[in-house]
Amino acid sequence: MNVYGIRAIYKFEMARMWRTLMQSVLSPVISTSLYFVVFGSAIGSRMGDIDGVSYGAFIIPGLIMLSLLMQSISNASFGIYMPKFSGTIYEVLSAPVSFVEVVIGYVGAAATKSTILGLIILLTARLFVDYSIDHPVWMFLFLVLTAITFSLFGFIIGIWADTFEKLQIVPLMIVTPLVFLGGTFYSISMLPPIWQTITLFNPVVYLISGFRWAFYGISDVNVLLCAGMTFLFMVICLVIIAMIFKTGYRLRS
Amino acid sequence: MHPDISVKNLYKTYASGHQALKDINLDIRRGEIFALLGPNGAGKTTLISIICGIVNHTSGTVLADGHNIASDYRAARTKIGLVPQELNTDAFETVWDTVSFSRGLFGKAPNPAHIEKVLKSLSLWDKRDSRIMALSGGMKRRVMIAKALSHEPQILFLDEPTAGVDVELRRDMWELVRRLRENGVTIILTTHYIEEAEEMADRIGVISQGELILVEDKHTLMQQLGKKELRLHLQAPLESVPDSLSDLQLELSDDGTELVYTFDTSEERTGIATLLRRLAEQGVDFKDLRTRESSLEEIFVNLVKAKV
Repeated sequence: MNVYGIRAIYKFEMARMWRTLMQSVLSPVISTSLYFVVFGSAIGSRMGDIDGVSYGAFIIPGLIMLSLLMQSISNASFGIYMPKFSGTIYEVLSAPVSFVEVVIGYVGAAATKSTILGLIILLTARLFVDYSIDHPVWMFLFLVLTAITFSLFGFIIGIWADTFEKLQIVPLMIVTPLVFLGGTFYSISMLPPIWQTITLFNPVVYLISGFRWAFYGISDVNVLLCAGMTFLFMVICLVIIAMIFKTGYRLRS
Repeated sequence: MHPDISVKNLYKTYASGHQALKDINLDIRRGEIFALLGPNGAGKTTLISIICGIVNHTSGTVLADGHNIASDYRAARTKIGLVPQELNTDAFETVWDTVSFSRGLFGKAPNPAHIEKVLKSLSLWDKRDSRIMALSGGMKRRVMIAKALSHEPQILFLDEPTAGVDVELRRDMWELVRRLRENGVTIILTTHYIEEAEEMADRIGVISQGELILVEDKHTLMQQLGKKELRLHLQAPLESVPDSLSDLQLELSDDGTELVYTFDTSEERTGIATLLRRLAEQGVDFKDLRTRESSLEEIFVNLVKAKV
């Protein structure tokens, strides 16, 4: 295993985060804070509790997931897209690193960044709402597993994208709707039955549900199913990446 | 001793259907400077991109220091350093960071002393803390070379190292290549400048339309290539070269208006003075004259023709 290679990529990517601190950390924190102010404090105070949890506290796991997903995707997709765009990818392709090592470097850094960000948002939420975490270890595991999974997904998007537009379009057109319709702001049980069924095809439902269970012990779907689905999605992403490197898709002509 | 690079029956066809390389066979010896000469689009960059792992090959085998570049890519790539043609650099990184990054990527433990040596040898030491985007084009090219040398490669590829660089940098580059060779590094450079090949290389390979037309020792090839033509535009057309001049290397153009004299620039006496004197004696008048070197393009055409 080329440990120095992994470390070089990881360090390089983390250095990028420090350089773009405003964009990487501050802007998601600010936008999440706005959600807390608007939905948690202003509107939330007029809403009833859901499953015994105040509305402000209820939306915390969903909002963290929203940022976690978006940031994981954008960090990882940008991380691999930029070398392709600037041409510096030649170095990674010509280096004695396996695809697993490349993925550990890029995806590891992206997941680290979004996990840190998720924790920062969790702390920020404290300023607006009171909440408890029933299962802190599970909470952290869900956080990390989701960060890794969606960083893998972002990595695939970064390789697939050949324009900046494509880089933006998946998070914007697909992920945002899935998160908003995945139970960030409501419990699935509040939907009409037909929509409840349809919603179960949305993978984000499982992420948010599992994550919320770690906080309050309440969940729309079975927790093991949540963990299993997240894990399954991660495996799918890994298989796709392995195929990309095997065929050289969009990397090696 | 096995060759540092061994290419056998290498073919490359791109997804577009373009066949970029056809049956390339090439051995590059340890410690030599090998120049790959060819016009734009001949397949030079494709060939070295395959050896370095950037482009997949369609069929054939490539060994780097005895290691197969596909099945044993780790061992093969560790030996190789590549300076690509394009100035592909990061923008925000410092020179020091980017060169250290390259070393790590190639699996070598940090060695600040080596990085320092490389940066100093490329006159980059003063710029080590500068961001790459603040550097001039010439300096960026030096950074790319420093990156390629960061992991102490045994084989160095330079793809058009002097395209678009000023005279000073070109001289520095040639000097650096010589020093590397003295240290036992095998160097493969691509160029479309004959002079560059002439200045640096031990052997020259000529590639055209995806085929390696010939591989020759430099001195042998330069003798073949170093021909020049003197074209004399005649006052009155001739039907044939006068018998009295038949001992000279003269040819008559099809329309009889031009006499073409081919001579070797590397010879001490080109024979031009003799030719002109004898033309005057024979009363062959001319109204204009010009000399020209065969262009690389023509040389390629001739080489291809000679091969067929």
